[in-house]
Formats: sequence, C-alpha cells, structure tokens
Amino acid sequence: MSSIDVSGLTVRYSDVLALDDVSLTVEPGRVTGLIGMNGSGKSTLFKTIIGLVRPTSGHVRLEGADPAYARRRGLIGYVPQSEDVDWTFPVSVRDVVMMGRYGLQGPLRRARAADKHAVDEALERVELTDLAERQIGQLSGGQRKRAFVARGIAQGAGILLLDEPFAGVDKRSEATIVRLLRELAASGDTVLVSTHDLHALPSLADEAVLLLRRVLFHGSVTEALEPRNLARAFGLESDPESEGSS
Amino acid sequence: MIWDWILEPLQYDFMVRALITTTIAAVVCAVLSCWLVLVGWSLMGDAVSHAVLPGVVLAYIFGAPFALGALVFGLLAVGLIGLIRGTSRVKEDAAIGIVFTTLFALGLVLISVTPSQTDLNHIIFGNILGVSEGDLLQIGILAAVAFGVLIVKRRDLTLYAFDPTHAFAIGLSPRMLGALLLGVLALTSVVALQVVGVVLVVAMLIIPGATAYLLTDRFGRMLVIAPVMSALCSVIGIYLSYWIDAASGGLVVVVQGCVFALVYLFSPRQGVIGKRLRRRLPASVAA
Repeated sequence: MSSIDVSGLTVRYSDVLALDDVSLTVEPGRVTGLIGMNGSGKSTLFKTIIGLVRPTSGHVRLEGADPAYARRRGLIGYVPQSEDVDWTFPVSVRDVVMMGRYGLQGPLRRARAADKHAVDEALERVELTDLAERQIGQLSGGQRKRAFVARGIAQGAGILLLDEPFAGVDKRSEATIVRLLRELAASGDTVLVSTHDLHALPSLADEAVLLLRRVLFHGSVTEALEPRNLARAFGLESDPESEGSS
Repeated sequence: MIWDWILEPLQYDFMVRALITTTIAAVVCAVLSCWLVLVGWSLMGDAVSHAVLPGVVLAYIFGAPFALGALVFGLLAVGLIGLIRGTSRVKEDAAIGIVFTTLFALGLVLISVTPSQTDLNHIIFGNILGVSEGDLLQIGILAAVAFGVLIVKRRDLTLYAFDPTHAFAIGLSPRMLGALLLGVLALTSVVALQVVGVVLVVAMLIIPGATAYLLTDRFGRMLVIAPVMSALCSVIGIYLSYWIDAASGGLVVVVQGCVFALVYLFSPRQGVIGKRLRRRLPASVAA
C-alpha cells in the first residue's frame, strides 16, 4: 500500500488548468522531491492532497484511506511556504510545535504531560530546544522551517508535506534540514518535498517527480536532472500546452 | 481630592450601572479584538458592527431579543459580502463597503419610520448613562456567553488565526472556527453598542487588541493586557464625561485612542520612539 496515492487528478480554477490528469504514488520510507517552476501546480497538488482544494476530477488516497480520515487521525504534517506564514504573530516556537498536538487533545486543547513530552522531544530532534521560548519570527529562515517540521514530528504525522522548505534558507541550515528529513524517512515516514532548488536534490531525495501541471517524469534523481528532462519541466522546450503562460 | 473625584459619581445608581456596563463591554470586546487584529478582520468588525443595526431595530419592533436580530443581520452581512466577492469581479473591501453601509442605512430608515425614535437613536450613539437594570442583565448574559466561548475555544481560534491550513490538516474545520468568531462578533456588537453606539463599536473591537499587540510577543499576554487596558480606559472615559459633561461614548473611545498613541510611540519593543530609546541611538541618527 503506497502512502500517497493520487490518480487522474485534474484541478481547474475557473478558466485556469492547475493540474492536468496527475497520477502519482509516493512510497513510505523515502524522500520524494517534487520539482517544478512557479505556477507548475506544486502548491495546488499539496492542497489537493490535504483536501483543501477539491479536484475537478480524480481522487486522492492517503495510506489507503480517504483524506478526511487521514486528517482526523493526524497523519498529515504540513510545512507551509514562508510567504504563507505571518511571522509577526505573537506565538513562541514551543506554541507552534504544541499546535501539532491539538488533534490528539480534548476540545479545550489542554496540554497533558504526554503532549509536553512530545513537544520537548520534537524540539530536541530539530535542535531548537534552546530557542523554544523565542517568538517564531525571531528565528532564522532555516530554524523557522525546522520549527514547523517539529510540529509534524510532535503530531506523529506519518506523511510530511513540505512546500519550498529551502527558499530563503542558508546552506548550513539547508544541510541540517536535509539530514533531518532523511532521518524521518529512514524511520518509515513519507516525505514529499516541493522545491525548485535543484542542487539540494541529490543529497535530499531518493526519487524525483517533475511537474508542469502534468507529471512529466517520475524516477531517479539522476535521471530527473538530465538536461532534456529539466528543459521540459522548466518550460525551456516548446510545449504546446504551456505556451502563453509564464 | 482624588477620592472625591472618584467617589462622588458613585452616589448615583445610573453612574454605577454605567461603569459596570462599560467595564463588561470593554473586557469582552478587548478579548475578541486580540483575534480580530491578528486574523486581519478589523474591516469585518467594522462591517458586522454596523450591519447589526436593522436587526436590532426589527427586534425592537417585534419585541424579540436584540441579540437575535443582531446575530441574524451580522451573519447576513458576512454571507452577502462572501457572495458578492465570490460571484463577481468586485473585490472584498468594496463588497464590505457596499453591504455594511446599505444595511446600516436600512437601519436608519427603519428607525425613522418607527415610533419612539428617541429610544432607538441611542443605538446609534450609545446611551451608557441610561442603562436600566434590565439592560444590564441582558448585557451581562450576552457578554458572559461571548466571553465563555472565546476563552473555551481560545487555542483553536489562535490556531485558526495563525495557520488555518494546519487546522484543516489535523481535522479541525477552519470554516466553523471562522463562523464561530463571526457569531461572537455579532453578539459582542450588541453588548458594545449600548456603551458607545453602533458607530463607535468598531473602536472597542480593534484598539485594545492592536495596542496589546504592540506590547507583547505572547498571545496569552495579549489576552490579559487588552481587557485590562480597555476596561481602565473606559472607566476613565466615563469619569471624564461626568466631570466635563461631554459625550461618554465618545470619551471612552478617545481615551483608548490616546493610550494606543502612547503605546505606538513608547512601546519598548515596537514603539516608534521606544525602539530607538532602547537601542540608545542619538536622536540625530534616529531621524
């Protein structure tokens, strides 16, 4: 049973075709890189996997079940793009990680000993224990990403979706995040990472998917990085369906 | 003597009721305002608090509870705004402007054709000095409900304000949480319009949260700072109105605005001047 199973997914926003008949299976225990330029449908694919965007046709199964079931069970950990987060929001790093536990708590979301323990462990895992009481915006770009990954760890999410985790992140933090994601995959998690940062790819991912509204390629990272494949994914080669769009 | 200044107005029952009502309204508005400013719903607060007017007038005409009319029209306004934004090319700010002014105007028309106008004009400008014991009871109950809902759901509402996608991904419903916040907004508008009137309710729904936001990086502390500051400002406003014989609703808001201005300038972390003092930069460089 594959962890993420997407078949025949088409998403159309009024007159814009965001995803066109996308079929994709993502296996647990591996890091899968989702490569595509801006506007290629990476974020839309994530939102459709979570269930936030309703597909025009096709369907998504997460660990063999309906996405609504996966959400209630807390299977999905989502690390948003930097520009989707209000970094001036008055929450601490610890508060953010604790939000990963909400689905497991009672209606008042009162933190029990087990919740505090899970949060402490997750913070330690991403090496943010010392910065736990900082306001979230007072972290560097890479630390911010690690805080959100810690939220997914505290949640116990088996499926981690990361939207452009390397944007605005320095090289050292990037290496730390890569190591962390590799560890999570090694412990059996499913890790799907969207990025247009190609040089991080070989050390990060076990396999790569090239997306330009359709799945152009799905296979080994080495092959994905071959110029003829990249040219298609980044629209450098004429593709009748991508003409007229940027 | 300062004690005379404080105690003399308390001889009058209407002043005691005014102070109690104002404090209740100030606290519940301030707590709600912490979320409104962070979600970016200040304009929505403005819209809903104005749009409840026809609902309150109709409730008066049919002898129904004000809160019911306010709730219906508050939610109607939000629904209409969403409908216009979603089904036409008109953007959200314009949709808000169209809907709330039209509903507010409808309220004015209803007031003009309803007998006993003096009573209803108080809804627009507030009538804190004329609060009866029955009014106080109604305000107390509504405020308790709004306050209770906010405090019980505070963590979910904060998550909704910070990261609605995560809320959705762990099986919560951002749509329900947004609706809850709007429902509380409509209820709170009814509480506050007794104090400052429909026109100025929005001030009590924005200023305290915005002021607290400039003073702390912890949401939990905002939830304490905002109501304390708002209650103090409101009590000071009522006293000032007694001693200088000026509009009480207006003074409550003016005092809150002044405190915001001071915090904006001198807050240690976020204040325009406070930040510079903190860095100990010479004034000439700071310019």
